[in-house]
Amino acid sequence: MTVPVDARKVGIAVSSIVRPALVLFSLLTVLTGVIYPVAVTGIANVAFAANANGSLVTQGGRVVGSALVGQGFDQPKYLWGRLSGTTPGYNAASSSGSNYGPMNPALLDAVKARAAALHAADPANTRPIPVDLATASGSGLDPHITPAAADYQIARVARARGIDEARVRAVVATCTEGRSLGFLGEPRVNVLAVNLALDALP
Amino acid sequence: MTANATAQIVFYFAILLALTKPLGLFMANVYEGKRTFLSPVLGRVERLFYRAAGVKVDDEMTFAGYAGAMLLFNFVGFVVVYALQRFQATLPLNPQALAGATPDLAFNTAVSFATNTNWQSYGGESTMSYATQMLGLTVQNFVSCATGMACVIALIRGITRKSTPNLGSFWVDLTRSTLYVLVPLSLVVALLLVSQGVVQTFHGYTTSALLQPTVDGDGKPVVDQLLALGPAASQIAIKQLGTNGGGFFNSNSAHPFENPTPISNFVQLLSILMIPAALCYTFGKMVGDTRQGWAILATMTIILVPLVCACAYFEQQGNPGFAAHGVDQVASALQAGGNMEGKETRFGIANSALWAGATTAASNGSVNAMHDSFTPLGGLVPLFLIQTGEVVFGGAGSGLYGMIVYAIISVFIAGLMVGRTPEYLGKKIEAFEMKMASLVILIPASAVLLGTATALLVQAGKSTIFNPGTHGFSEALYAFSSAANNNGSAFGGLGANSPFWNTSLGIAMFMGRYPLAIAALAIGASLAKKKLVPAGAGTLPTHGPLFVGMLVGVVLIVGALTFIPALALGPIVEHLLLNS
Amino acid sequence: MNSQIVTSATTNPNPQESRARATSKSRPLFDGPIVKTAILSSLRKLDPRHQIRNPVMFVVEVGSVFTTALFVQSLLGKGEAKPAFILGVSIWLWFTVVFANFAEAMAEGRGKAQADSLRKGRQDTPAKKLRGPTRDGGTVSIPSNDLRKGDVVLVEAGDQIPVDGEVVVGAASVDESAITGESAPVIRESGGDRSAVTGGTRVLSDWLVVRITANPGETFLDRMISMVEGAKRQKTPNEIALDILLAGLTIIFLLATATLLPYSVFSVEAVGKGLPVTITVLVALLVCLIPTTIGGLLSAIGIAGMDRMIQANVIAMSGRAVEAAGDVDVLLLDKTGTITLGNRQASAFLPASGVDPKTLADAAQLASLADETPEGRSVVVLAKEKYQIRERDLASLKATFVPFTAQTRMSGVDHDGREVRKGAADSIQAYVKAKGGAFPADVRAIVERVSKEGGTPLVVAEGATVLGVIQLKDIVKGGIKERFAEMRRMGIKTVMITGDNPLTAAAIAAEAGVDDYLAEATPEAKLALIREYQAGGRLVAMTGDGTNDAPALAQADVAVAMNTGTQAAKEAGNMVDLDSNPTKLIEVVEIGKQMLMTRGSLTTFSIANDIAKYFAIIPAAFATTYPVLDRLNVMRLTSPSSAILSAVIFNALIIIALIPLALRGVRYTPVGAGALLRRNLLVYGLGGIVVPFVGIKLIDVLLTLAHFV
Repeated sequence: MTVPVDARKVGIAVSSIVRPALVLFSLLTVLTGVIYPVAVTGIANVAFAANANGSLVTQGGRVVGSALVGQGFDQPKYLWGRLSGTTPGYNAASSSGSNYGPMNPALLDAVKARAAALHAADPANTRPIPVDLATASGSGLDPHITPAAADYQIARVARARGIDEARVRAVVATCTEGRSLGFLGEPRVNVLAVNLALDALP
Repeated sequence: MTANATAQIVFYFAILLALTKPLGLFMANVYEGKRTFLSPVLGRVERLFYRAAGVKVDDEMTFAGYAGAMLLFNFVGFVVVYALQRFQATLPLNPQALAGATPDLAFNTAVSFATNTNWQSYGGESTMSYATQMLGLTVQNFVSCATGMACVIALIRGITRKSTPNLGSFWVDLTRSTLYVLVPLSLVVALLLVSQGVVQTFHGYTTSALLQPTVDGDGKPVVDQLLALGPAASQIAIKQLGTNGGGFFNSNSAHPFENPTPISNFVQLLSILMIPAALCYTFGKMVGDTRQGWAILATMTIILVPLVCACAYFEQQGNPGFAAHGVDQVASALQAGGNMEGKETRFGIANSALWAGATTAASNGSVNAMHDSFTPLGGLVPLFLIQTGEVVFGGAGSGLYGMIVYAIISVFIAGLMVGRTPEYLGKKIEAFEMKMASLVILIPASAVLLGTATALLVQAGKSTIFNPGTHGFSEALYAFSSAANNNGSAFGGLGANSPFWNTSLGIAMFMGRYPLAIAALAIGASLAKKKLVPAGAGTLPTHGPLFVGMLVGVVLIVGALTFIPALALGPIVEHLLLNS
Repeated sequence: MNSQIVTSATTNPNPQESRARATSKSRPLFDGPIVKTAILSSLRKLDPRHQIRNPVMFVVEVGSVFTTALFVQSLLGKGEAKPAFILGVSIWLWFTVVFANFAEAMAEGRGKAQADSLRKGRQDTPAKKLRGPTRDGGTVSIPSNDLRKGDVVLVEAGDQIPVDGEVVVGAASVDESAITGESAPVIRESGGDRSAVTGGTRVLSDWLVVRITANPGETFLDRMISMVEGAKRQKTPNEIALDILLAGLTIIFLLATATLLPYSVFSVEAVGKGLPVTITVLVALLVCLIPTTIGGLLSAIGIAGMDRMIQANVIAMSGRAVEAAGDVDVLLLDKTGTITLGNRQASAFLPASGVDPKTLADAAQLASLADETPEGRSVVVLAKEKYQIRERDLASLKATFVPFTAQTRMSGVDHDGREVRKGAADSIQAYVKAKGGAFPADVRAIVERVSKEGGTPLVVAEGATVLGVIQLKDIVKGGIKERFAEMRRMGIKTVMITGDNPLTAAAIAAEAGVDDYLAEATPEAKLALIREYQAGGRLVAMTGDGTNDAPALAQADVAVAMNTGTQAAKEAGNMVDLDSNPTKLIEVVEIGKQMLMTRGSLTTFSIANDIAKYFAIIPAAFATTYPVLDRLNVMRLTSPSSAILSAVIFNALIIIALIPLALRGVRYTPVGAGALLRRNLLVYGLGGIVVPFVGIKLIDVLLTLAHFV
């Protein structure tokens, strides 16, 4: 740095900036680190209490999941969700994607294994597999699949449950959300909601 | 790209640009000490802060004073974050009884948050106590951002003033940034996020039953799901607004508790670029010609939009390797299609690409999809945006001062081409400014190139690279690009929580922040001392499309020329391999 | 300010004419002997001590040494590549350095040639040193080199003026063609503004007593020679700033290429195929990427800028002055000689009421008889034309001439008790009032009318009676208005400086199309005006010749002193116009702009070139590890080694190809900054991207045909 710096002047400056540095840091810490989050928590727990605490789904007073966090399924009677990069799958205390690069053999193995599992569970279904059903989500906790992925599984779930496909389809439809405001995001089906609803079918 | 993707991208930029003027004008008023609608409430708080700290609003600082105050304040922040992590086990607000962080991790995280990088070597929900998150990380999210904003305001003052050594008061700029801009905006954004389902609680993690029990890696049965919670919304709001990016949870804004809906996604996306965009207007307002600010914003937008579209395009193409397994990647009414590995269903391709662009254009670094799993060229977009030196929007404040430095370089070359020794906004650009400008480009570029080289030469670096082959090289390149340019996003497969990576990336983050901020302040101080040259017909206009085009070219060409060889050995060759 | 008008009334060539002359004087770009010397000197310049001054080319030289060593190593059988390939790269790297040196040597050579012709005029001739400052002090003959400041010499017809000096006594016609190239002799005389003489010029008639004002080696000629030879050339501020940018880019490319080695080693490991990139290829890539084109030509551009000034017969005292010329925002132009023809002409006699026009004409003629200024002459001529008043001989009339002084601002004669005066209205008013007379209102009206019409009113009075007004008219030069419009488009403001009253000044300013004017200018007012513009951040250029111009010249950013001017003016200015043509300022500005533009354009060109070089070298460099990269070989170059060699050869040849452009400068057209940038970006930016693709491909085809690779 070729800006001339007078050593003596800087000496004076140092002592004059220590107090503001420490005091302002403390005050800003109290403001942004304590008052601000406490205020947000306070307002949130009054205005949006359920949301603020994890959008929990309860059945008979028992927490059976969160409306926002997925759970793993691999039984034919359930709708399956995305692959999960966490260990074990859908570990909501340690979210993670698979981080497989596009040419990583492990990625192709995972896709291959999912495809094989889907075919094993429903050998009759020879339709191409919707891509979200064969890939891991970013969080490892994705609660959703695409309508295409749900549609792909409806026949299998109906057969495994011995019910009419239309009933499964109806359940899926009630658990399907369109794009927000008609164009934001993607249409999606909440897998846990569908499975809870299916289990609750009379 | 699908029609819906286009609509989402257009809508996003339309809203972003619509917010630019009101927020930019508000910030200009704040920094010039004018009355705003928040003054009746916050004026009193502001004065209280100054009285307690012994600061006088009119006590202006020279370059040395401003830079010294900035460094000292940041050092205090660094020490506090370091200490909080090391001792969190014995501190309150630690319901999960998390252990203290290792020294190298604590160093890395402290530098990371002080420098506004927010690189995460840690997993949020599994490493950091609520106390560390709130008192350490959240606070740094505010003040590191406010530091960047203060520095750019000082640089702008340097441009507007003449024949003075003074740049303003760091304390005042810092306090005003936090008090009037960041806290109020965060409050609004945090509540919007909670309304969408982002968690905000001081309770411990919650347990839920699993509908279908499973087994863990050791074959033991798992019947419950432990849901990580916490005061996330308040931190996420400032994480996005302050171009920080450090997630509350490990998977950042891909996590459904951190970013549950397309609306929360949109609010966060907007928050990422809002302040950097509005600062352009503030800049124009303060230099007395808003066209100058729009020109800078236009430059940023013109670079970002095509890159976002490119990213969306390549991600939508999907992974050719999947075809063999009967996977359908074509977009249809029922699915977004494309390369969904590492992406959330609710965001699909469009929002993942838009986010990847925005978060790396700004030095935000939060992610809503895993960049490591992008297609080679889809992943090249965020990597290259980082490598442009984080000046396309960039960090709050730091991006604009970086872009002003690029403008100075462009003006230098363009000025010569029209036969005048160069000037920008009435200030002559001379050897000293060029020296500082060269440093601003040189330092992060060298940190990226040398850092990556070192990592590839030593076993400690190579051994934690996750993906095999060419992609592994990209992981290392991305890590150092991200750190040295204070972005913070990652090709997340890299095992970065090791002494080698924590230390080397920590150094890269430091180099990418303070020398640059000091160089920017030095340019400001040098310009402040100069006379103001009035513009004439022979002066190169710096607000027209021609200059914007030139600036776009300089940013892209400097970035490209520096990194093409490295990119050729990473994403480019990977793309060719994947498609051959 | 009559005195000023008189002295600046030079032998005005009109601007077009002087430009034409300037260009016709320029020597061909590649002059045989200059080229020969330049080739030798470009080899001498390989000395690393010289090369280190140019960091970009120093890197190339280090690279050349490195590859030469690698070649030797390969001869010993331990090479990283085929010896022929390494040799090829090495040779062309050496060429790159030599070519850059050649460019500099060429520019210097052209300057030297100019200096040599100047030097011819400076022989060590015996000088006649006087004992005292009078002619009859007696002389001693001593070698001119032994003369020191303060010595007084006698120079007689046929003698060469030994050293720069100031005429103390005498008047003589002097041939200054040795330095100006102008064959017409000029008058040099003691006192006033034509007292400076330059060493090396020759007295044709009469004699001069000259006080020496410079020690040997410090004379004007010496300084000119050292300037044009570039011996004392220092880097200009803008050159330094550009150097920093280029050094910054060089460091970036150094890092980008050096780190490719570990990247390549890792890639080989990761893919398990091929060999790491060779050092030779990395050096080749580095040299191709760093801005060698502008780095190699930068000093040549600077020297050539000074050279172009010299061709325009302007000697710049520093490169900085040339640079500043490009930046000028305000031109202060003396009205007379620059905007108008050197002299105003009497056009009418306008008598006061009740005065016979012939009486007025007669008095006017009488007052002007001894006035040798063109205006004075024109009064005599008009009196003869209109009233057939014959010219009288002042001496035989026994009249006393009262010369013009700055205090009285009048001139005239005292004859037979008659006191006839002519001068500016307010001076005459004061004069007649002092005599107890009154200044008639109708004369006042005439004065105002004449002024409004752009003329200069000279009031004639005899004793206390005002007789009337002589109307003098300025003749604005042809084409000057267009020239000023041009300047306006360039963003340069023109300000006319005149001693005229505001009304007159306004009328002429409007006719000539200048942006502003300073009327009734005094040296102080001029200085104040310059300071005012400078305080507003503007760069001011002016011309001047008189001693009273010196303060303003010293203050101005670009100050062109007329060679005919006083020593003081020449010392104060930072350029000297050998033609003493005030219009030259415009040309000076253009040359300054051209030099900056050439730098900027070649920098852009140099950087734009890199894109093609990447496409040539990157696929070739990693061909063994990633054969798939060949899809980036868009030029379809024959082989990796031909690709690399072609890029290196192109990189070297482009320097040679651009030498003429560096020496001649980028074409300048007076349009606004935006239009200029657009054109130069298109030509040198876009051109810089496209040309190497074509060039490299062409070289590759030739190399392949010649079976070199």
